[in-house]
This record gives sequence, structure tokens and C-alpha cells, in this order.
Amino acid sequence: MGDHHHGPAKGLSRWLFTTNHKDIGTMYLWFSFAMFIMGGAFAMVIRAELFQPGMQLVDPAFFNQMTTLHGLVMVFGAIMPSFVGLANWMIPMMIGAPDMALPRMNNWSFWILPPAFLLLASSLFMEGGAPAFGWTFYAPLSTTYAPPSVTYFIFSVHVLGLSSIMGSINIIATVMNMRAPGMTYMKMPLFVWTWLITAFLLVAVMPVLAGAVTMMLMDIHFGTSFFSAAGGGDPVLFQHIFWFFGHPEVYIIILPAFGVVSQIIPAFSRKPLFGYDSMVYATASIAFLSFIVWAHHMYTVGMPIAGELFFMYATMLIAVPTGVKVFNWITTMWRGAMTFETPMLFCIGFLVLFTIGGFTGLMLSIAPADFQYHDSYFVVAHFHYVMVAGAVFSMTAAVYYWLPKWCGRMYNETMGKTHFWISFIGFNVTFFPQHFVGLAGMPRRIPDYALQFADFNMMSSIGAFIYGASQILFLYNVIATIVAGKPVSDEKVWDGAEGLEWTVATPAPYHTFETPPTLDAKPAHA
Amino acid sequence: MIRVSDNPAIDTAAKLVVVAIGMFAFVFVVMVPLYDVLCDALGINGKTSDTAYTSVQAGVDESREITIQFVATNNDGMPWEFRPDVTAMKVNPGASNDTIFLARNPLPQDMVAQAIPSVSPSRAAEYFHKTECFCFNQQPLEGGGVAEMPLQFIVDQELPRDIKTITLSYTIFDVTDMVNGAVAAR
Repeated sequence: MGDHHHGPAKGLSRWLFTTNHKDIGTMYLWFSFAMFIMGGAFAMVIRAELFQPGMQLVDPAFFNQMTTLHGLVMVFGAIMPSFVGLANWMIPMMIGAPDMALPRMNNWSFWILPPAFLLLASSLFMEGGAPAFGWTFYAPLSTTYAPPSVTYFIFSVHVLGLSSIMGSINIIATVMNMRAPGMTYMKMPLFVWTWLITAFLLVAVMPVLAGAVTMMLMDIHFGTSFFSAAGGGDPVLFQHIFWFFGHPEVYIIILPAFGVVSQIIPAFSRKPLFGYDSMVYATASIAFLSFIVWAHHMYTVGMPIAGELFFMYATMLIAVPTGVKVFNWITTMWRGAMTFETPMLFCIGFLVLFTIGGFTGLMLSIAPADFQYHDSYFVVAHFHYVMVAGAVFSMTAAVYYWLPKWCGRMYNETMGKTHFWISFIGFNVTFFPQHFVGLAGMPRRIPDYALQFADFNMMSSIGAFIYGASQILFLYNVIATIVAGKPVSDEKVWDGAEGLEWTVATPAPYHTFETPPTLDAKPAHA
Repeated sequence: MIRVSDNPAIDTAAKLVVVAIGMFAFVFVVMVPLYDVLCDALGINGKTSDTAYTSVQAGVDESREITIQFVATNNDGMPWEFRPDVTAMKVNPGASNDTIFLARNPLPQDMVAQAIPSVSPSRAAEYFHKTECFCFNQQPLEGGGVAEMPLQFIVDQELPRDIKTITLSYTIFDVTDMVNGAVAAR
């Protein structure tokens, strides 16, 4: 093991057979970006159709396939794998481990993903079309009335669920067993903490999703009636099972984003993160609460009033730990020596827009008010504020922040800032008007709408095209950096950055921490 | 603490695999039965009891009349003609009432149907007692055959006074394949 110049294998087999956490992280990141572009293309079809009232470009059945695949691809193909990729790259380097704990399983958990999405995307070309029942695939839409391709969808969900479970088992095994001597739990960087908790959520709820689709499969093909009233089942049961998975799922998406922001804001404020301990406890509280609030997605199914009240109050309670986090980020910046490089801009954008999404979430949590908002564009605006401005903005910040470390070259700062401002403006032009049309009664998932919503929808569509185009600029900037960026050789690319990943050479060598680092007395996050 | 392997990483992973399998099983063995039990106990999904009610001796409440409306719906693809004999009747709480639903199988082949009741408002479900109902059993009908399907029910005297109208809706489902499938599986 003394050969420190041992590099990667050559050619395609490097990527097929690699067990190196950096290679696998890179593949996850590129795969998720490809899915982001694909899901984005579906969104462009949706917004083009909604540019004007009336039926313009696609027929309603295809429109429904677009909304369904946009949601599925963005959630399971773009956001989740991108954070798994980031975890693969950064967690071993942040805790001083040479690699992930189970490198071969790591290879497998990546390589079963592309076939799963190929299977899902291929359903577009099948007779009866792709799944068209919404990303929440409520029964009986997804059972009795589903297109034949639903079986491909089910298998695809099984495979990507398996991938997520293997990936999260690997992360837990790494964090629990491979920390460098002296790296106690309460010294771990916050990104590692948030991912550890996220991984536990994944192990707990991805099997529940697998159970839900297995029941669908059995109802469709094997004559059971879990969700069919004819045989004594109940379609509402599907919604309970789905959201028992689905609500923790939204924290699976957002907690790693919280971790990223907690790394970047201190770096560009040149101050330690304010309230590290409370950040850890807030993350754990959010994870716990996520298991007891699922029915706030289904206030209108006819629950007893006691149920509505329980889920309403439990949901509102989540605002407390989330508020602690937002408070800590702002306090970290308070009187800091702040600079506004691209990663910091995306983090501040995250902070402002995620908070707006949090407030609309609080509005939606009020059971009596939700009866008006339910299934309207207000909901669409809410979850895009937390998914796009939350998860995607923080992921973008992470790429700008760590890219120089990964490839040893600096991105073009002007282009990065331009990307931020176009994204920020495009995003808000897209989704802010959707609050208004939603409150005025425009339902989600429809290809046509009343004339009164025309102006706001046109604004939304223009904003979406701007936001979509700005991602091409992002792609160009990343490729230009890798190919011909200005070389950087400082171990610490950013003068305010702290943590073990900034103690290795730049670009990060193929193998790092083959001998564990020694930690000085101060915690890694300080 | 049980150790599965000497390699601590494999030990952790093995335990997590057990957790994941446990959560998969949890959906089938806990969530599904628990949902049924809760719905039954709280009477929340408009489902009425699927076994016959044995009436308790209590006087008939002559002071008020409840309108019972009957609705018959065919599930998607179910070709039977299915309708209530009368669409509405006025009853006193506590009194036993009889009515019939009519079904005809217009197709040449034998079929089996299952009717699923639902009561609206769902709050009334626990006060609507069926002493005899065609919905307790599957209804086979030969090709072209007709059936008069009986229903006998009592509205509980305890029914909240603000409920003046109860709608009893039956949806009829084609379970021919399901019944034959179950036979084939045996």
C-alpha cells in the first residue's frame, strides 16, 4: 500500500469497475445533472403548453405524462443522486477516511441507477404511453386506470429504491466506523451529520415505498385488493402508505442541502458556524417529526377532526427546529467578514427563498385553510420554493464551492455570478406568480386553464425558459473549468474554508487519507 | 449487542439490512391491518359493518323521521343493470325497514358481483345497522339472469339529531376473475 502514485485504471473499465469514492461521486454527479436536464426538458414542455390558455402543443394525455415524469425524474433522478454523489466525494474526505466502508456495494448502488431510469424513460415510447398519474401515483389512477407501462414504472421504483438503500447503508457504515481518531460525533462537519441522519431516514422509508409499489403490482397482476374497494381494500390506504414514505422523503431531499449551506456560510463569513450543537439537535428533531406528520398531505380525504388537529399541530412544530437553523445561519453571517463569491450567493439565495417556501408550508399546514390551497398552484409554488430554491440552489452552491478542490481549477467567477442572478430572477419570475394563480383557484396538473390566469401563466413560462437556459450556462462553466480553468494549487481554495477536505492537495489526489490524519484540539467545524 | 461480523463496517451494514427488510415487512403486517382496525374503530371511511347486526330491543323513536336515499353505481366496466327498487324512504330510528335492489346480468356468460356499501355522511356510518344485506355475500348471476337483492336495516336511536338524511350508496364490482382466480390458486 506504499505506492501513493497508484492512479485510476484507464479507459471505460475505470468507470465500470471503479470502487473509488471520488470516481463514484463524479459519476453520480454527472448522472444527476443529465437527469436534471431531462426533467428540465419535461418542465419546458409543461410551461410551453401553459404559455397560453387553450390546447396548443401537446394533447392532455401527454401533458400528464410530462408532469408525472418531471416529478419522478427530478426527485429520484436529479436531486437524490446529486446529494449521494456529493456524499461519496466529501464524506470520506471530511472525516479523514480513505474511502467508503463498502466500496464494491458503492459501485453497484450507482450502476443500477441508469438502467432504472432507462426503464422509466422507455415507457414514453410504449403503447398507452408513460405513467400519467402524477409523481404521487395515487391508486386507483396507478392501478385500475394505469397504462400498461405501469409495471415498468414499478420495477424502476424498486431498483432505484434498492440503490438508495444501499447508498445510505454505505454512508452510515462509513460515518460510524471510519472516522479518523479524535473525530468524535460532535466534531463532525455538519454536512456529515445531516447526511448521517438522512441515511437513517432513507433506510427507514425507502422500503415503505417499495412496499407501496409491491402492493400496486399485486393489485394489478395477482388479484389482491389492497387499494381496491371491490375486494375490501381502500384507495385511501395508498395515500397513507405513500405519504408515510413521502414526508420523510422531503427531508431526505432537504437535510443534505442544510448540511451544504452549513459548510459554505461559515467559510464566506469567516466565522465558525453559530450554534453547532443546536444545528445537530434541530436536524435530528426534524427527522423525528417527519414520521408523524404525513397526513397533512391529505387533509381533504375525510379524516376525523382529532386527526386533522394532530397533524396540523405536529406539522407546525417542525417550524421550530427549522427556525433554529435559519436563525443560526443568519447569526453566523452577523458581523462576519463576508464576501459574495458564487457559492455564497447561492447560499444566501437559498436562505431567502427557502424561508419563503417554509412560510407557505406553514400556511398549507393549517388544516382549514388547506381545503382551499389543496391541489392548487399554490402547492406547486410552495414545493418548488423548497425543492428548487432549497435543494437545487444548495447543490449548485456545493458544486461551485468544491469544484476547484475536485479538479484543481478555478471556475469563471463572473460567469458563476451571472448564472446565480439569472437563476434567481428566472426562478422567482417562474414560481412567485404561481402563488397568486393558486390562491385564485387554478388547479395543478391541468393542460388548460381559465382566461383570468393567462397573464401570470405567461410570466411563469417566460421565467421557466430563463431559468432553464441559465443551467446551460452552468454546464458550460463547469466544463470550461475542468478543461481550461485557471489552475489552483492552494490546499485551501477559499481562505475562510475549514475542515479536513481542505488539508489534502489540490486537486484532490485519487487516494486521500490512506493514513488517518491527526486532528488538532479544535473541532473541525470551528 | 449482537455482532454479525468481525469487520465493524459489515456488521453495521448487516444490521441496517435487517432494519430495511423489517420496514418492508412493516408495511404489510402492521400498516395495512392497523389501518383497517382504526377505520373500523373510528368509523371513518364510510364503511359499514360487513356482518349482520343483531338488533337490541329498544323503542322506536317516533319523534323524528330520517330520509334514507339509495344510490346504485356500477364500477368501471361492470355491465350489470343495477338499481334500487325505491330511491328514497322515510324511516323512524329504531324501526326495522326492508327494501330491495334489482340486478340483471345482460351478458350471456355467468358472472359474480360484489356490492360495496358506503354511507354518507360518514359520521352516520356507525349508526346505520344492516340486519340483512346482499353486500355481505358475493352475488352470482347466470347469463341473462335477474335477481332481487334484499336489504334490511335499522337506524340507531342514538343517531345525532342534526343528521336528517342518510345516503346509502352501493357500488357493484365485477369480481368474476377474482373469484375464479382464487379457485384456480387453490
